[in-house]
Amino acid sequence: MFNYYLKLAFKSFRRNPILTGLMIAAIALGIGASMTTITVNYLMSADPIPSKSGQLFHVQVDSWDPNNGFNDEPNTPPNQLTWTEATNLMAAQQAFRQTAMAKSGAIIEPQNSDINPFEASIRLTFNDFFPMFNVPFKYGNGWDKKADDDRQMVVVLSKNTNDKVFAGQNSVGNNIVIDGKSFRVIGVLDTWQPLPKFYDVNNGAFDEPEELFMPFYLKQELELPNWGNTNCWKTPEGEGFAAFLQSECINFQMWVELPTEKDKQDYLTFLNNYVNDQKALGRFPRPMNNHLLNVMQWMDDQEVVAEDAQIMMWLSFMFLLVCLLNTIGLQLAKFSAKSAEIGLRRAVGATKGDLFIQYTIETAAVGIAGGILGLALALLGLVGIRQLYGDVLNDLANLDATMIGLALTLSLLASICAGLYPTWRACNIAPASQLKSQ
Amino acid sequence: MLNMTNIKKIYRTDSIETHALREFNLQVDEGDFVAVTGPSGSGKTTFLNIAGLLETFDEGCFELDGVDISNQNDTARSRLRNQKIGFIFQSFNLIPDLNLFDNVDVPLRYRGFNRQERKKRIEQSLEMVGLAKRMRHLPAQLSGGQQQRVAIARALAGEPRFLLADEPTGNLDSSMAQSVMSLLKEINTNGTTIIMVTHDTELAAQAKRNIYVRDGKVSEITHSDQYAGDASELLEDDTESTLSPVAALSR
Repeated sequence: MFNYYLKLAFKSFRRNPILTGLMIAAIALGIGASMTTITVNYLMSADPIPSKSGQLFHVQVDSWDPNNGFNDEPNTPPNQLTWTEATNLMAAQQAFRQTAMAKSGAIIEPQNSDINPFEASIRLTFNDFFPMFNVPFKYGNGWDKKADDDRQMVVVLSKNTNDKVFAGQNSVGNNIVIDGKSFRVIGVLDTWQPLPKFYDVNNGAFDEPEELFMPFYLKQELELPNWGNTNCWKTPEGEGFAAFLQSECINFQMWVELPTEKDKQDYLTFLNNYVNDQKALGRFPRPMNNHLLNVMQWMDDQEVVAEDAQIMMWLSFMFLLVCLLNTIGLQLAKFSAKSAEIGLRRAVGATKGDLFIQYTIETAAVGIAGGILGLALALLGLVGIRQLYGDVLNDLANLDATMIGLALTLSLLASICAGLYPTWRACNIAPASQLKSQ
Repeated sequence: MLNMTNIKKIYRTDSIETHALREFNLQVDEGDFVAVTGPSGSGKTTFLNIAGLLETFDEGCFELDGVDISNQNDTARSRLRNQKIGFIFQSFNLIPDLNLFDNVDVPLRYRGFNRQERKKRIEQSLEMVGLAKRMRHLPAQLSGGQQQRVAIARALAGEPRFLLADEPTGNLDSSMAQSVMSLLKEINTNGTTIIMVTHDTELAAQAKRNIYVRDGKVSEITHSDQYAGDASELLEDDTESTLSPVAALSR
């Protein structure tokens, strides 16, 4: 009977093309608006490293102003570390894997004179960065611990940088000039676009990963500039780069990999001991407040999903509801025009259940059609968001298979819900009253 | 076969009670052809709706083919309608966007017949009313008489025990009305019990029995002299043709 009901649904569409078209359009508008905002929220809140997001922890210690909490929040430790904490915690090597990091930038001077020098972003980090975050390599590898300790002039290029400077060839072993100094290329990343860019959300949660990766201590060695957010609660004592590094200014992030709960508890104990040691040295004037947040907790803490995006999503749901209310009205009108047919079908033996299934399938077919059109509108909406926000949301504005499935399911359920009352009414039409009146 | 005893039907609004049927008693035996006449508002259609299980009644006893209807829920009544009753309406009630084949198919779909069985029955019934060659046509492409024949084919395709006809010739000219009547007589001759509501006393006179309904009651039952079991005899006075009634309808 399913095929029969489906055939009847299509005949019904042909009989009432305008009403059907309006219903499809109403559902499509609602689904289009909802899916646009749901997609942005979904991608914003996606787990960027699902295989180990529960084992990677962002490190926070409260080294802030004794009189004012960070961001005026009394119980929130700063979202970054000072150079002192970054280097001390790295030196302790208390986690299974760990990396402090910072964002910087420099000028690349390609050997090929046809390519103009250009500014590139740098991720200063430790060797553990690559295995910790499952970073894929196209050529070569990351550096080793010795390169970190020896402050070797080595660099890993992003795929785009390698494409640009070395025309996509295997550049491992080649040299590249950065800020006038020669670096040896030891690795080239494959395409890597974690969304959100969880390892440094406070410097652009949806930015592209950096173009160059190099050992952390080169920041000090080469006095590389601070990129991204730098906050200080106290003026550095003295002037110059060294004074900044010794200050209470925060510009560094730190992540540790702790495979088990015990590892986490041990590391927290270590952090507490470390802070107590620092307090004994006259630092850390605020109460002990050390945090280890895993990837998803950190995303939540940093409100990676912007509040306005969430508000937009709820508004779009309201819009979908309005569209569905319109659909209910249109469906009532459509079924009202079918009263004679309904009466006839009842007279020749259709049960209320038969009719309910028939008209639910018809409603569902409208929902699917609305869902497909809604997907097209959602794509248009996402293009609009790209135009509005530019590159920041470029990678968020895509519909993946999950979102397409969700759109069709949402559309199907929404249309069936909207059709319940009209269908119920249609099934309860008294046949005798309709058969005389045709 | 159809046995109504003291059937009462009241339509109620907030302030008014209308007694559509009161102490309505009727027995229809297998193979009967009953014409129900009476003035407007007398309860003819209410009777037909109750007999067709399209409406419930308030009091009394109604047995259809041995089944006590008062015990049947809506779904069971729908099944009984589908299996035992065929309907013919004044305004044909064909579904406009289904062709003749699909219109006749409607009751068979709910009967659960397989595809081959449905196809066989549809073709046979359309053949019987002389429209087999037009089974892919839409109702709007047919005359009124032809549409009523499609409705008859639809009613007969499931081989019902009863055929309930509500003013089946009301929208037809006299020639077509007589042809439809002839077809009904032939169907009755073949064993189907027919109950026909009509205002047309001439047509009613051609049924085996005439029931006159007044004020919601059966007031008179007469046996017709005009009824002829062989429908072809009926057409002896038809100046147009000596064809069988089915063939006459096919023209």
